[in-house]
Amino acid sequence: MATNPKIIVIGGGLAGLSAVIKIAEHGGNVDLFSIVPVKRSHSVCAQGGINAAKNLKGEGDTIWQHFDDTVYGGDFLANQTPVKEMCEMAPAIIDLLDRMGVPFNRTPEGLLDFRRFGGTLYHRTAFAGATTGQQLLYALDEQVRRYESEGRVTKYEHWEFLSAVLDGNRVCRGICAMNLRTMETRTFPCDALIVATGGIGAVFGKSTNSVVCTGSAQSALYQQGAFYANGEFIQVHPTSIPGEDKLRLMSESARGEGGRVWVPKTLNDKRDPNSIPDSDRWYFLEEWYPKYGNLVPRDVATRAIHKVVYEHHLGIDGQPMVYLDLTHIPREILDRKLEGILEIYEKFVGDDPRETPMKIFPGMHYTMGGLWVDFKQATNIPGIFACGECDYSIHGANRLGANSLVSCIFGGFTAGPEAVKYAKGLQSPSASNGIHESERKRQEEINGRLLRSEGTENPFRIWRELGELMTRNCTVIRYNKNLQETDAKLVDLLHRFQRVNLSDKTMWANTSFIFARQLYNMLQLARVIAQGAQLRDESRGAHYKPDFPDRDDANFMKTTKAYFAPDADEPRFEYEAIDAQYITPRPRKY
Amino acid sequence: MADRTVQFRIKRQPSPDAPARWEDFELPWKPGMNVISSMMDIAANPITKDGKGSTPIAYDSNCLEEVCGSCAMLINGKARMACSALVDKLEQPITVAPLSKFPIVRDLQVDRSVLFENLKRTKSWIPVDGTYDLGSGPRQTPQEQEEAYPLSRCISCTICMEVCPQFNEKTGFVGAATISQVALFNEHPTGKVLKEERLHALMGDGGIHECGFSQNCVESCPKDIPLTRSISRVAGDVMVQAVKDFFTR
Repeated sequence: MATNPKIIVIGGGLAGLSAVIKIAEHGGNVDLFSIVPVKRSHSVCAQGGINAAKNLKGEGDTIWQHFDDTVYGGDFLANQTPVKEMCEMAPAIIDLLDRMGVPFNRTPEGLLDFRRFGGTLYHRTAFAGATTGQQLLYALDEQVRRYESEGRVTKYEHWEFLSAVLDGNRVCRGICAMNLRTMETRTFPCDALIVATGGIGAVFGKSTNSVVCTGSAQSALYQQGAFYANGEFIQVHPTSIPGEDKLRLMSESARGEGGRVWVPKTLNDKRDPNSIPDSDRWYFLEEWYPKYGNLVPRDVATRAIHKVVYEHHLGIDGQPMVYLDLTHIPREILDRKLEGILEIYEKFVGDDPRETPMKIFPGMHYTMGGLWVDFKQATNIPGIFACGECDYSIHGANRLGANSLVSCIFGGFTAGPEAVKYAKGLQSPSASNGIHESERKRQEEINGRLLRSEGTENPFRIWRELGELMTRNCTVIRYNKNLQETDAKLVDLLHRFQRVNLSDKTMWANTSFIFARQLYNMLQLARVIAQGAQLRDESRGAHYKPDFPDRDDANFMKTTKAYFAPDADEPRFEYEAIDAQYITPRPRKY
Repeated sequence: MADRTVQFRIKRQPSPDAPARWEDFELPWKPGMNVISSMMDIAANPITKDGKGSTPIAYDSNCLEEVCGSCAMLINGKARMACSALVDKLEQPITVAPLSKFPIVRDLQVDRSVLFENLKRTKSWIPVDGTYDLGSGPRQTPQEQEEAYPLSRCISCTICMEVCPQFNEKTGFVGAATISQVALFNEHPTGKVLKEERLHALMGDGGIHECGFSQNCVESCPKDIPLTRSISRVAGDVMVQAVKDFFTR
């Protein structure tokens, strides 16, 4: 019916902007919603690079090898069809970004340079210094600004998504959103909706994610009937810089360019790290994994660091920290290839990593799980598509470094045209009268309750407890007893949420009000993660249970699908077989 | 209160038309704290130094790694990013105020959308034919990449505009960030197809001639972008373009 379809995209990171560009190119009109000006989206934090099997180093790299590394790296949990499609599209994505002006590092001949990343033996990662995500996001942001100036795209920045507007047949007909300045709650009609709202780091309190990565939109849709898949698969990045406000990422590219992880062989070695001779250093990754060395996949490196710190008790000065050492690499190479991340370490820690080994520790980084989508990025709610980190489709049980940027763009490039196609075939709603108004009223009632709530609980303190709880029990090592306790505690936090008292009740740019709304959704989503982890009695990729140390393909080579049971106010679970038609599962041993 | 504390003076303004006032806070010291983590602590316990109930402070922030450009504000009078403003390196009481040259939203939040409008006006993009597969981009030497990359690291924080004496309502000056983006795109082998249009956009009211060469921009840029080099390069091109226009129009 819609000849000139109206599509709404939520989220202006790489995935969202990729979708917007494709829709505009296909003749659709886009309303783009974002909490922050889209140029400030979390994609800017991606550092190391973007994978594509361009085989420009004479190594014989192939698309199939990229596909195999990704599926194997994900421990055979990903459906193989979309992964294969992504690896096939990847070289063209790099070419397109190159044409859009991304300042990728070059070889002397003027071709793109590639570096090595974790979980592969090939130089497959194109990069722009150590700020690749920033450079990619800017290139897409510029293209969207071009469409915006042509009137094809309308940006709604400083708006928070609250819910989808669903008609009597549970078909999406629009969204309800809130203006973060005027606090106006309003609905916007659309023919199709694309959700590209990124990660969920805030559920874990401190993570490498940006402030806006709360998972609130995904959770709201889950509570409206969307499946949330593989929520229990959380990537903890082996090398982050612990901080008061967040865990800052220290890119895998530091190891890709030759960085070595080590600890002093004896506890409480008080010497300056530079004066500790090689014979007194333990390069445990190189010893344990001679083939991949420091470039084992992230879940493997993270568990190794945990083991060294908590079982061998060899953390630096008895603290949960190990060295990541670049000091043997010439300064000019470091400045040319890694400047952005070295600058972060220098600014936030105060030491120069060219001179002194960095102190790092694993930190929550990425969710492999997300909204369930089919092979065309469609969720189970008709008219709603999802792409990027907020969907579950590509990375299985563990994501390989430099695959996130390519998966975001692939997801957006698929979701955009699919949404247009869906919208063009959409029948007009039979009884849509009042659905927008009633959704707006429902949201305003929630707002009213929150403003009137007269309890004693501070939402920021509930959030800190949530973060500590989830980080303690739902990250690197998982025990069923702790997971059960975690869920009980989450129920308790949800009860306490009902007694939240906002110290600020004004209706102008009220940041704590909107934070409280996000917090409720974080708590609901946390239960999906904790319960999903408890139900999966095996170890696979990032999900590790010492009581069930092996992968159990017979029982668990399945996608976890959580759905919300409104009456019980909690998640229910079902499982779906994996599409493994191309690569037969084999044991994962690096 | 803990043994060691940190003193803050924060400028509060509930809405654009309400009067501003200062509020004092005293927080327990923690190792590695910065201005944003301090405001997170205030949000979890919004009580002023003299024990009065207050509200969480409204401020913009996102990545907390100095790459998203959100949290620019005036800290001890200096325009800088709040996430990388480490408390241990600041004199106390630490005064925090919003940028002064942009419309205030609330507390430390300001409206900096003017920069994005300027980027639109100067067509700061590469006009690709489409997103379908057209093969690789133009070859570039590593030296060309090394020229372009620093300019492309601009985080749109607007600090260069805040500190510029010429950036004000009277001149309507476009500011260094936009000019530097013009330099970036005009140098690109494909981007230069729009060079003339970009140069025209920088002529006339608020254009590049408003620059007074105070050098404040280059000294304050958190990303060390060679802004004055961009400005002189683009200024030269605008001059050449103006002469060309004179003879061809």
